[in-house]
Amino acid sequence: MMWHAKTMWHAKTGMRQAAGVALAALSLQLIWPAQGADDSLAPKSHTFSSGYRFVEMSGEELYVNVCRGCHMVDAMGASGAGSYPSLVANRNLEASGYAIDLVLNGRRAMPPFGEMMSDDQIAAVVNYLRTHFGNSYQDAVTARDVQSARR
Amino acid sequence: MQDEPLTVRRRDLLSLIGTMAGSAAMYHAMTALGFASESRYEGPIRLEGDPKGASVLILGAGLAGMTAALELRKAGYKVQVLEFNGRPGGRNWTLRGGDTFVELGGFKQTCAFDDGLYLNPGPWRIPYHHRALLDYCKRLNVMLEPFIQLNHNAYLHASRAFGGVPQRIRTVKADFQGQISELLAKVAGQGKLDEVVSKEDKEILLLALKSWGALDRDFKYKASLLASEYRGYAKPPGGGLSAAPLPSDPLALSDILRSRLWRYLENFASYNFQTTMFQPVGGMDMIGKAFAREVGDVIRYHAKVTEIWQNDRGVTVTYVDARDPAQPQKATADWCLCTIPLSILSQLPINVGATMKAAIDAVPYAGSVKVGLQFRRRFWEEDDAIYGGISYTDLPIRQIGYPNTGFNKSGRGVLLGAYLFEGANSFEFTAMPPDQRVERTVEFGAAIHPQYKSEFENGIAVAWHRVPFTLGCAGYWSEEARKQHYRNLCEIDGRILLAGEHASALPAWQEGAILSSLDAIGRLHERVIKT
Repeated sequence: MMWHAKTMWHAKTGMRQAAGVALAALSLQLIWPAQGADDSLAPKSHTFSSGYRFVEMSGEELYVNVCRGCHMVDAMGASGAGSYPSLVANRNLEASGYAIDLVLNGRRAMPPFGEMMSDDQIAAVVNYLRTHFGNSYQDAVTARDVQSARR
Repeated sequence: MQDEPLTVRRRDLLSLIGTMAGSAAMYHAMTALGFASESRYEGPIRLEGDPKGASVLILGAGLAGMTAALELRKAGYKVQVLEFNGRPGGRNWTLRGGDTFVELGGFKQTCAFDDGLYLNPGPWRIPYHHRALLDYCKRLNVMLEPFIQLNHNAYLHASRAFGGVPQRIRTVKADFQGQISELLAKVAGQGKLDEVVSKEDKEILLLALKSWGALDRDFKYKASLLASEYRGYAKPPGGGLSAAPLPSDPLALSDILRSRLWRYLENFASYNFQTTMFQPVGGMDMIGKAFAREVGDVIRYHAKVTEIWQNDRGVTVTYVDARDPAQPQKATADWCLCTIPLSILSQLPINVGATMKAAIDAVPYAGSVKVGLQFRRRFWEEDDAIYGGISYTDLPIRQIGYPNTGFNKSGRGVLLGAYLFEGANSFEFTAMPPDQRVERTVEFGAAIHPQYKSEFENGIAVAWHRVPFTLGCAGYWSEEARKQHYRNLCEIDGRILLAGEHASALPAWQEGAILSSLDAIGRLHERVIKT
C-alpha cells in the first residue's frame, strides 16, 4: 500500500515553498479558514504501519503520514483553542539538536516519537523539515546524532 | 459447597455485624474485608460552611467544569464558566445528522446521518464501577441503556490467518479455553503437576478443566455436541423431523496461537471493560446537556482563553470571542478552577509556580480516531446476527462498534467503522483529510463485512489531534512523568487549581474528570472556609 505519486509531490514542492513563505505572516490571522487546507497534492494512497512503530522510511513519507496530522500539508500549522506552530521558514529549526529533541521527546502538545521511530527515521524527517518549507539548512543530521540525543 | 468449613464464613460474620451494629458498620467491615470497594466516590459531595460570597471562575464546560459549577453554586459560591465551544460538554459529544464539524486545517464535515442515528466521537461507554458519573446521571435524569462490550457473535479478525475470514468471538474463546484445558489436563494426568498441586486438588482441577473447557470423558476437546454447546453448531438444534443438531469443527490450537486472535480476549476481561457497561439513551452528549440544564446560565460560550493571571487577591482571565477574536475581554474572580486540556494550557501565559508549570508541560496528548458510517440497512443484524458489541481486527481500523440500541429494526443504521487509539495507525489516519479517512475505513471494513460495498451511504471522521478544543484525545501520562509531576499538577497554586481527566488516575475516562473535579473543589472549599 505504498503510494506512487512522489514525482508529482517533488515537482510542486518548490513552488509551494515560495508561496508558503509569503503567506506565513498573513495566515496567522486566519483562525477559521473557510476552506479545508489543500491536500490535493498529497498522495491519495497511503502507507499503514502494521504495529506500534512507523514503517515509513523517507523524510517526505514520514512528514506526509505523521507530521501532516497537526502541522498540515503545507507545514503552516493550525490554530484552535491552542495552536500547532508553522514550520515554514522556522528559525527554531536552525539548531538541529532542538529539532531532534522535539521529535524524540515531544514537548507540550507535541507527542514524543522516540519509541515509534528509529534513529534513521528521526534523522530523515528532521533533515526533510530543515530542507523544505522555506527552510534550507545544509548541515544534515545523522542517525548517530539521534542516538546520542536519546536519554 | 457440601462441606461446611469450621471457620466462620465471611458472609455469616458480615450478617452478624449487620444485625448487631447496623448497615453503616457492616459497610465499613465489608470494605475492610476487601468487598464493596468498587469506587472512590463517596456519594454527593457536601461542602459545608459559608464561603461568604467567594467567587470561582471555571475554565471549560466539560464534565469537570460543569460538575464544579453545579456543586460550588449549590454551596453558595458565585460561579462563572468560560467555554471555547458553542455548546456544553467538551469531549462529552455526539454528532447527528445536520451537525457540522470543522477540524484544524479548516476541513469541514456535515454529518448526513438519518434521524436518531449518531456517533459518539469521544467517550462511548460507562463501566458499572464509575459510580460518580452514574450518580450524576441519576441526579440529572439521564436515561441509560446497556453498552454491549462482549458480544460472543461479533468477530475477531486477523488479516493473515484463517484465510482472512473473520472468526466468531465465541468459537475463538471456546476453542482456546478448551484446548488449554485439554493440555493442562494432560500434563496433570502425567503427574507433571504433582509438585505444585496436591493429590486431592488435582482431582478437583481435572473436574474443573472438564467443565470450564468443555472436555469429554477422556479430557479431550474435540468436535462434539458438548463442545458445540460452547462454540456453536454446524447445524443448530431445530424442530420436528430435522431437529437433531450437528457438531462444528474446532479451530486448531496452533492456528489460534499463530493468528494472535487471543490478544483481543483481554478486552472482555479487564476491570474497565467488564459487564455491565452503559451508554446514555440517544447519545453520550445527553450527559453534558443535562449538566447544562442546571448550570447553562453561568456558561459563556465561544470564549477562548488567552491568559491566566493571579495575584494574592484573585485571578484575572483574558479571553476573546473565538468567532471574532479582535476584542480581548477580562473575567475576574477570587479563585480559578481550570479544566483546559494541558495540550492547550501549556501554550497559555499563566503565572503559576515552576513546579505546576513543569507539570502542565509534561503531558503529551494521545492520538485517537473514530469514524462513523451510515449504511442503508442493518446488515450486521440481518445477515450476521450481530446485535451490538464490538469486532476487533488487526487492520488499521482496529474495531467495528455495532449500535447498542434500535435492535432488530429495518432501515438504516450507523456503525463505528474505526476506533484507533495511539500506535502508528492513529497518526496515519489523523494525517489524512477526513473524506479519505472515511473512504479507507469503508475499504478496510469490507474485508470483514463485504456488505459495506453495496450498503454504505455516508460517513464522518473525527481525529482527536485535529479537534480544535483539545488538540488530542486525552492526557497520555508516562509512568515517570506521573511520578515526577502528578502531585504538582493537582496542588492548589495560589488561587489557581486544575481539574479534568488529566488530573486523575483514570485518564481518558469521564469518571476521572468528575472525581478530579470533586477532589479539587473539596480542597478549594476547605481553603476558602479556613481563610
